[in-house]
Amino acid sequence: MKSQPDTRRTPAVRLPRGAAAVGALCLALSACGSGDDTAPDIAAEDVAAALAEGGEITVWAWEPTLDRVAEEFEAEHPGVTVNVENVGTGDEQYTALQNALSAGSGLPDVAHIEYFALGQFTIAGNLVDLAPLGAAELEGDYTPGPWGAVQGEEGAIHGLPMDSGPIALFYNQDVFDEHGVRVPATWDEYVEVARELQEADPDVYVAADNGDAGATTTFVWQAGGQPYRVEGEDVTIDFTDEGTARFTDTWQQLIDEDLLLPVTAWSDEWYQALGDGSVATLVTGAWMGLNLEAGVPDGAGSWRVAPPPAWDEGDASSAESGGSALAVPVGAENQALAYAFIEYANAGDGVQHRLDQGAFPATVADLESPEFLSAESAYFGGQTVNEVYADSAANVREGWHYLPYQAHANSLFNDTVGQAYVSDTTLAEGLTAWQDASVRYGQDQGFTVTTGD
Amino acid sequence: MGTPTPTRTSRPRRRTAPSPLRPPRPRLRSRRGGSPAHPRRSAALTLVTGLALLYSLVPLAWLIINATKSQQSLLTSFGLWFGSDFALFDNIAATLAYDDGVFVRWLLNTVLYVVAGAGGATLLAMLGGYALAKFEFPGRRAVFALVLGAAAVPGTALAVPTFLMFSQMGLTNTPWAVIVPSLISPFGLYLMWVFAAQAVPKELLEAARIDGSGEIRTFFTVALPLLAPGTATVLLFTMVATWNNYFLPLIMIRDPDWFPLTLGLNAWNAQAATIGGEPVFHLVITGSLLTVIPLIAAFLLLQRYWRSGLTAGSLKG
Repeated sequence: MKSQPDTRRTPAVRLPRGAAAVGALCLALSACGSGDDTAPDIAAEDVAAALAEGGEITVWAWEPTLDRVAEEFEAEHPGVTVNVENVGTGDEQYTALQNALSAGSGLPDVAHIEYFALGQFTIAGNLVDLAPLGAAELEGDYTPGPWGAVQGEEGAIHGLPMDSGPIALFYNQDVFDEHGVRVPATWDEYVEVARELQEADPDVYVAADNGDAGATTTFVWQAGGQPYRVEGEDVTIDFTDEGTARFTDTWQQLIDEDLLLPVTAWSDEWYQALGDGSVATLVTGAWMGLNLEAGVPDGAGSWRVAPPPAWDEGDASSAESGGSALAVPVGAENQALAYAFIEYANAGDGVQHRLDQGAFPATVADLESPEFLSAESAYFGGQTVNEVYADSAANVREGWHYLPYQAHANSLFNDTVGQAYVSDTTLAEGLTAWQDASVRYGQDQGFTVTTGD
Repeated sequence: MGTPTPTRTSRPRRRTAPSPLRPPRPRLRSRRGGSPAHPRRSAALTLVTGLALLYSLVPLAWLIINATKSQQSLLTSFGLWFGSDFALFDNIAATLAYDDGVFVRWLLNTVLYVVAGAGGATLLAMLGGYALAKFEFPGRRAVFALVLGAAAVPGTALAVPTFLMFSQMGLTNTPWAVIVPSLISPFGLYLMWVFAAQAVPKELLEAARIDGSGEIRTFFTVALPLLAPGTATVLLFTMVATWNNYFLPLIMIRDPDWFPLTLGLNAWNAQAATIGGEPVFHLVITGSLLTVIPLIAAFLLLQRYWRSGLTAGSLKG
């Protein structure tokens, strides 16, 4: 568990080195192998027919709420069988998917893919365009961040958003009260809070951070940076814009003054630090609420949620951290039924079943429903936390792109930006190194990559 | 058969301890020097060995200590000492019951992969090594080069080609995809070859042939017992390799019902980092402990043969 996860989970680098190599090789294979023929052979009418006729589909997903969705779906459509298989989390699943795509056999009908990894599959033409099947009509149903993530070129829709991760500030009210610290509204105040906490008690840190690709890109996104621009196979990577600089200036202070607890996210030490009060805040996706409840039961009643710190006073701009979609791989056997299931899970009745289990939606109707917004969270001291999350979701900055090979780029993070956390390298230098390494890798893969200047 | 068994009958000739009649050596020398019976001590060496021992035992100690803690106390207590509660038996029960008892299924899968894969690999290595060591045939050198070359190729480099090949044959996501590649052990073959060349004297085989024994009977009655220590060693190596194999099943197996323990425990561990996933570190730790126990047992069981195998050569005249 030395390696570091992207914000929401799973680390490219938690796999043995070889696994990353396999992923890379397959990316190259599929990028040169497949054409652009992602249009389905079927149309919206076939979806209804397939439901009536019945059949069997396989879903590769690690999302725990989908089991129940599958049961409900089967109950509603007798004759339909849905096999939800957890073939691994994140990159492990993508490796399996890439392998199956390269082999042309053993493909699932539905695959769970995080937003940051979608590009890797869409650029190679591996995902069925769901627009003709009815996805085009769902445009207004989703918040802008997740919808932007699943959109391709020329109106293609590569998947339906399953969840989203508008960021929020999670903080330990008890620790704040004990040391007389106020909830920071801006990132400058956040740095102040970090100093005050350390002064009051050297064992208390404002946050745990060991360098994390997902969190870094999320903060840059929130600060208005746009390091990645993608048009087809033309990619621009530029970590020198103003937004990125705002992030590095702030975070460099935290690193220089040793205000961050050097613990890797998602490790047992991390859960431990969140539980015993030595880490006082987390700025991350809304889904974290559920993880705090499950992973830090001792923190019940101590934790609260606030809007993420602003880069400018009064600016409510937000960003997404994590989130994922369900997609249909090209070559899947039962595409009509696959789409029917995806629509049920991510736009239809399935959404409610997922919400009942604590998932965080990407659908506007649910994010605006009074029932959802007014739900009081016992864990967060009776706070109506969904209001905070929903506000953040509505304020996500538009126009963000991930790289078509973000999963691999994230695996380069440790050796580049990660150095800023353990050596004299500055964050800005680390980001430049990351940029260069990402450019080189992209060029090797056949992309036209420039640094924008 | 009347074959001499020098290892059993010949008594070890031990040099007697220095006779008291001998004049005492100068003090300084006797302190610094040493004899086979009284090896001298080196503080530095003891320290280094002690550190190495500590280094290898601490993780095991950590594993055992933390397997006694509940998830809650795991996160609130010091890592290298016991927590407030003793939950080892609860943890074991929970590990075996979690997810409809899938741990037991993973354990059985692993046993299957080890028995079929490692057992088969050992058998093949033994037969192949014996044949290469004791029979002259054209192409022997080529096989030698091939085996050495194969031992040098890391398994990870072969992963994708192997996957594509098995996929073409429709064998991915079946136990065969794990068992068949495990059958090939270039290192095991090499080891058996070298061992057979040393441990089975040519004269013995010739004597058997002259007595009218066929090759197959000679192999089973004469060679096989002599090959036992080498076989135990290869079995141990292939067992450990198959038991711990992570990468091969990772790319071959999708269906959690066919996971070996390595993949299954990793899946439980990854759960802590997914949305709404329940962190079950206590089960992962207890599961890991349960996973290493059979390996330790195998080591204790097989090391006797292994050791006698290592000494066999030195006693033979």
